[in-house]
Amino acid sequence: MNSIRQGLNHMFGRTAKSVGFAALLAAGLLAAPMASTADAADAHAMPQPPRQSWSFGGPFGTYDRAQLQRGFKVYRNVCAACHSMKLVAFRNLSDPGGPEFSEAQVKALAAEYQIKDGPNDAGDMFERPGRPADRFPAPFANDNEARSANNGALPPDFSVLAKARTYSRGFPWFLIDAAIQYQEHGVDYIVALLNGYKDEAPHGVTVLPGQYYNEYMPGHIISMAPPLSADVVEYEDGAPQTVEQYSKDVAAFMMWAAEPKLEDRKRTGAKVMLFLLVLTFLLYLTKRHLWDRVYREV
Amino acid sequence: MSGHSTYVPKSALARWFESRLPLVGFMYDSFVAYPTPRNLNYWWTFGAILSLMLVVQLITGIVLAMHYTPHVDLAFNSVEHIMRDVNWGWLLRYMHANGASMFFVAVYIHMLRGLYYGSYKAPREILWILGVVIFLLMMATAFMGYVLPWGQMSFWGATVITNLFSAIPYVGDAITTWLWGGYSVDNPTLNRFFSLHYLLPFMIAAVVVLHVWALHVVGQNNPAGVEVKNLARDTVAFTPYATMKDAFAMSAFLLFFCWFIFYVPNYLGHADNYILANPSTTPAHIVPEWYFLPFYAILRAIPSKLGGVIAMFGSIAVLAFLPWLDTSRVRSATYRPVFKVFFWAFTLCCVGLGYLGAMPAEGGYITAAQILTAFYFVFFLVILPLLGLFETPRPLPASIADDVLAKHGAH
Repeated sequence: MNSIRQGLNHMFGRTAKSVGFAALLAAGLLAAPMASTADAADAHAMPQPPRQSWSFGGPFGTYDRAQLQRGFKVYRNVCAACHSMKLVAFRNLSDPGGPEFSEAQVKALAAEYQIKDGPNDAGDMFERPGRPADRFPAPFANDNEARSANNGALPPDFSVLAKARTYSRGFPWFLIDAAIQYQEHGVDYIVALLNGYKDEAPHGVTVLPGQYYNEYMPGHIISMAPPLSADVVEYEDGAPQTVEQYSKDVAAFMMWAAEPKLEDRKRTGAKVMLFLLVLTFLLYLTKRHLWDRVYREV
Repeated sequence: MSGHSTYVPKSALARWFESRLPLVGFMYDSFVAYPTPRNLNYWWTFGAILSLMLVVQLITGIVLAMHYTPHVDLAFNSVEHIMRDVNWGWLLRYMHANGASMFFVAVYIHMLRGLYYGSYKAPREILWILGVVIFLLMMATAFMGYVLPWGQMSFWGATVITNLFSAIPYVGDAITTWLWGGYSVDNPTLNRFFSLHYLLPFMIAAVVVLHVWALHVVGQNNPAGVEVKNLARDTVAFTPYATMKDAFAMSAFLLFFCWFIFYVPNYLGHADNYILANPSTTPAHIVPEWYFLPFYAILRAIPSKLGGVIAMFGSIAVLAFLPWLDTSRVRSATYRPVFKVFFWAFTLCCVGLGYLGAMPAEGGYITAAQILTAFYFVFFLVILPLLGLFETPRPLPASIADDVLAKHGAH
C-alpha cells in the first residue's frame, strides 16, 4: 500500500496539497476491502493460521508440478472418498500450468473410473470406463446421500474450495495484503485446519460423537474426522510422508483446482504491467513536453 | 463555450456531408477545439477515466454474457466454465469483476473532486444532478451484477436488499413479491436481474451523453473556481492538451487496475461467493461489496427498518440538492478555509461509515454508525447552508491565467 501511495504521490506530485489528495485516495481504498474483515468478530476466538511459503505466491509464482502430483495422490487416495470435485475434468490434469501428467497417464487414470452414461439405444443408463474429457465423478449420488453417510454433514466440493475459504487478517494487514499480493489465505487456512485437530477439547466444550475439536474451524467443532496420518499415502519422490507435508501438497492441489489459470494470469500480468509502465512513462514525457509550453506562454 | 463551429471541412466530400449532417463538426467542437481551463489538475482526469471504465465494462460484459447462463442451477457453473474453458475467460471475468470496483474508485474520487471544488454550483446544477443519476444507475447495475454468479453473497445480498422494499407501508410486501417474481429470491429474480444488468449500462451511457453535453454547454469548473474570462489566456484546446493529459492519467489508472486483475483478483470480493447459493444456509455475516458499505452502515444505524431505508436512500438523494444546500458564492475549497476542514471531516466520515458497514451490527459499532450518520446529514443540511453565511473566503485570483501564473511563476 505504501508503494502505491508513493506512486500516486509522485503522479499527483508537485504541490503539498496533492499529498492530502493522495491520502484521500488511500482513505478511499481503505474503505474498500473492509468487507473482508467482516469476520473480525469471530477472529477473537480464532488463532491466525500460520502463513506458509507457496511456490505459486507472488508476482512470478508458478505451481510446483511435483507438489501438485503428490497433492493429487492425496486427494485421490484420501479426500475423494467423501469430497467431490465436479468442475475438474481428467484432461485438466495434463493441461499446461497444472500437475502436467502426460496424456497417456491421464488416459489410463480416467479409465480406472466408472462413469455413468446414457441413455443408450435401448433407453438404459450404463456405466463405462472414464475418458479424459469426463469430469471427476462424485463419491455420492446426491447431497442427501453424502449427508446420510457423513453423520449429517455435507463434505464440500473441492472445485473452488481453496477460494471459498479465508480468514480475517484484521486492520491494517488486510490493506497491506493488496500491496504485498498475499492471496493465499484459503490454502493457509486449509493447511492449518488439517493440522489443527486436538485430541482433547478445552474444558467446558462439548464434543458430540462424530464430531471433532479443531483449533481453526470456525466454532471449533468439525464433523470431518482427522483425514490424514503419517504414511497413509505413499510418495514415490522421497518427499516426507507426514501430515504436514500431505496437507501442504493437497492444499496446493486444491489451489490449482480452484485457479487452474493462475500461471497464465501472472505471466500475462508481467507483460501487461511492463507494457503499461513504458506506455505511461512515454505518455508522461509527452504530456510534460506539451504542457511546459502552456505554462511558459500564459 | 457553445457557439458557431470553427470546423472547416477540407474536402468537397466533407463539405457535402457537413451541410447535411454536421457530425464531424460536432465531434471537432466537442473533442478538439473545446476550450478547457488552463489550470486543471489531475483530479479532472477522472471523467476520462470513468468513460474508459464504462467502455471496459460494456465490452467485457457483452462477451461474458455470451458464455453466462442466468439460471439458478447453471449460473454458478457457467461462471466457472468461463474461468476454466473459455479462451481468456478468466481475464474477461476478472476484468469485469474488478472493473466494477475500479469504476467506483474513480466515481468516488470524481464526486469528491466536485464537492471540494464546488463544481455543482450555478450554472452546473443540471450537470451535477445528471451525475447523481449516473451514480444511482451505477449502484443498481453493480448490485444486480453481483447477484449473477449466484454464490452465497449474491443470493443473500439480493435477499437483504430486495427485502428493504417490504418496509414500505401497506404495499411493501406486494412490491417485494413483484420484484422477486415469486415469494423469495429465485430463478425469476435471477433472470430479471440479468436482463436489467444488461440494460442499465446502456442507460448509463445515455445519461453520460447528457452529462457531457451539459458539461460542454457550461464549460468545466477549475481549481480556482473562477469562470473563464478570456478564451485565449484562460484556456487551451481540448486536443492535444487535455487528451494527452487524460491519456497519461488513464494509463496510470490502468496500471492500478491491472495490479488487481493479474495479482490480487479476488481481493475485493468475498470468499463466500465461491460457495453456490444455498437458501437454507445463511452466511455468518452478510456484507455488500465495499462500495456500498457506507450506505449499508447508514441503513443499519437506524433502529427501525423503514427509517433505515429512508436514511439510506436519503443519503444519496441529498446529493441532488447539494447545489442549493451549499450557500457559499465561492466555489473552490482552496479559498474556503473552514469548508476545507469540514470537507476532510466529511471524507473521513464516509470512510468510517465504510468501516462500520463491514463490522457486525452490534454494541459500539451501532453507536459509532449512528454518530457518523448524524454527521453525514448535518454536513449537508446544517453545515453547508450555514457556512456560506458565516465563512469569510480568501481573495480569489482575478482570472484563471493569474492562477496559473501564481503557481508556475511568470515568464
